[in-house]
Amino acid sequence: MSKRVYITGIGIICAIGNNVTETLRSLLTEKSGIGDITLFNTIHKGIIPVAEVKMTTGSLLEATNNKGRKNLTRTALLGMIAAREAVESAGIHDIGAYKTGLINATTVGGMDRSEDFYASFLSDPGKGRLIDIVNHDCGDSTERVASYLGIRDFVTTISTACSSSVNAIMFGSNLIKTGQLDRAVVGGNDSLTKFTLNGFNTLMILDKTGCHPFDENRAGLTLGEGAAFLVLESEDVVKKECKAILAEVSGYGNANDAFHQTASSPEGTGAFMAMSKALTMSRVRTDEIDYINVHGTGTQNNDLSEGLAIERLFGDKVPLFSSTKGYTGHTLGASGAVEAVISVLTIQNQVIFPCLNFFKPMKELHIQPVQDVTKNIKIRNILSNSFGFGGNNSAVVITVNSE
Amino acid sequence: MNDIPIYINGLGIVSPQKTADDNRFLEEPLSCLTNHLRCIEPVYKDFIPSDMIRRMGRIIKMSIAASKFCLSDAAKNSRESITTGIVPEAIITGTGLGCIEDTEKFLTSMIRDNEEFLTPTSFIQSTHNTVAGQIALLLKCHGYNFTFVHRGISFESAMIDALTQIQAGELSNALVGGSDELTANSFAITTRLGFWKQKPVQSLDILDDKQRGTIAGEGASFLFLTNEKHEHTYARLTGVTAFLRPLSHSELRDKLHKFLATFGLIPNDISLVILGLNGDQRNDQVYKNLLETDFQNTLPACFKHLCGEYHTASSFATWLAARVIREQSVPAVVRFGLRQPPAKLDHVLIYNHFRDNNHAFILLNRP
Repeated sequence: MSKRVYITGIGIICAIGNNVTETLRSLLTEKSGIGDITLFNTIHKGIIPVAEVKMTTGSLLEATNNKGRKNLTRTALLGMIAAREAVESAGIHDIGAYKTGLINATTVGGMDRSEDFYASFLSDPGKGRLIDIVNHDCGDSTERVASYLGIRDFVTTISTACSSSVNAIMFGSNLIKTGQLDRAVVGGNDSLTKFTLNGFNTLMILDKTGCHPFDENRAGLTLGEGAAFLVLESEDVVKKECKAILAEVSGYGNANDAFHQTASSPEGTGAFMAMSKALTMSRVRTDEIDYINVHGTGTQNNDLSEGLAIERLFGDKVPLFSSTKGYTGHTLGASGAVEAVISVLTIQNQVIFPCLNFFKPMKELHIQPVQDVTKNIKIRNILSNSFGFGGNNSAVVITVNSE
Repeated sequence: MNDIPIYINGLGIVSPQKTADDNRFLEEPLSCLTNHLRCIEPVYKDFIPSDMIRRMGRIIKMSIAASKFCLSDAAKNSRESITTGIVPEAIITGTGLGCIEDTEKFLTSMIRDNEEFLTPTSFIQSTHNTVAGQIALLLKCHGYNFTFVHRGISFESAMIDALTQIQAGELSNALVGGSDELTANSFAITTRLGFWKQKPVQSLDILDDKQRGTIAGEGASFLFLTNEKHEHTYARLTGVTAFLRPLSHSELRDKLHKFLATFGLIPNDISLVILGLNGDQRNDQVYKNLLETDFQNTLPACFKHLCGEYHTASSFATWLAARVIREQSVPAVVRFGLRQPPAKLDHVLIYNHFRDNNHAFILLNRP
């Protein structure tokens, strides 16, 4: 697997922007997307903050020319918006011109509708509108996005909790490197649901003041929602089409922590292995990584274990790093792609977006995240981490195009 | 990219049939009057800590069992690992609906108790990657760990991932599995959607039943894939391809011919074609058309009368195909039509589609 894989398009919709331009503007002005819950009724409203996409499902339907359709989930609609932007930004007019795949990632699938269905179904098994449950499975949003974009060659879905969409980047890259695809639209989509909100709440890892990644007094994560996609193309297609290259996917690694179903090992074994594998594949030395977009959820457990793994890998020369979850919230299955898109923006604009809500360094660590918008440094290689339940740890190296 | 051969060296399965017995190969198939089949579950306490058995959903337990059977089967076939056991380099699973029992449990308590007094266990186990994560945890396997969740091609995607990486030299082996569980609620909902036959039928006779729909099923089936051939290797896993509903029969034929041509084969070379026939006449027409146009000289077989219909049913078919090749015999219960088995079973093709939406070909060869 020696062929190179290039990023030629990006698209995003998240709490800080409905597209790439808006997202970049919020990042540069340090504007967080975290606020009160408005999307659904819950007893947690006004108590637990979240990072919602600032569009109602109705306006998402309109924005995707689906007004009036009743069979689309919020997850799928978010996916359509971001994937369409990615394909447009890659300058693709004929999706069928090359063998193209869609590798999507999601954790909630159509749960935003299933939980409505279930409430009626529980009261009477004959009740509940079937149109609210038929889109429950994770493959639904993927096929909706595929059909929206006209992708037919290969379509699949990955779900590895919070590392899902880095794995989509990885699998898409492998299919391109082995010549099974010429290009792949890769990414993830997840919408906020009562199910995930309550689920994370039972684990007592939702910060009532909004997340404070890598802060000594951090008290948990903030759930977000969104979708992000990248268009990956083979070296051959890029040359043939004289494509503008945004960045290169130069390496990636996947490892399992094999420690606990939800908690990370104290020393971050899986995190260390995933980062090491990614660096080895990209043939980048630790001192050549200019910035790490950390997983940095803001939970006690993640940030400590990730921080220790980073210190172990980089020694006393830890690169500049920040978590961008203070802007977007933790978008779960979409987070890896959201942060890969932010990493491409970091390379394109040669600017590091700071960690929001950071006040006090963690006592166990010697390192602290970037706190101000940082320009005038050379950013060639970025490491982006995504870790999840099930011990699923993944990391990707995104590199400036050297040609 | 098919220069490095990949072999199936271990199998492990939990199914509605008596498939746990290595010595008998579907000799006494079970049939019952029903519209859904549930797995014959093994005694879990031999390999799962008892406190975990109580908390785990069935899909997790069935998958752990199938993966254990698979790895010990692979260890039997590999002299050096029989004492130490095999820890695979990668664990790659596919599931259509994931841990639906835990998902339902959490949803139910969330709704019934108005978001109060919730406990985390069923939420934790509801994530789709729980199966692969738990297997890794029990094996202390730090390697590549992946879960595909794409409807009727979840298992195929997992095999494609494994084949891609083994052929590229990134991995030398992988544990690959497909699993789905049937719950009372998911069955009730899919019944309302018209998926299943309204009146119960003898499961072995579903192909002749004229009612709409099929029978529901479930199962967990794992393979140990490796680039090393052993004396007891089951089969070579030659290729897998998955695609969305073809626009026409000729597009389907085109896909078949192109797929086989990659390996220098034509339909006539196939010794046995295993089809996903499920007794829903609309769905089955797709297979019947292909039998007529391309497999007139090939022995056909079916399997969903044994395991029912579910998103990862093709993992049962892959188990079947691998056993057929190693034993060079086709159990009577899977054969249909009048043709006799050929003298040698060299190339076995599986063609399955899920609700005519996700289609896939899986090709296994004699090693």
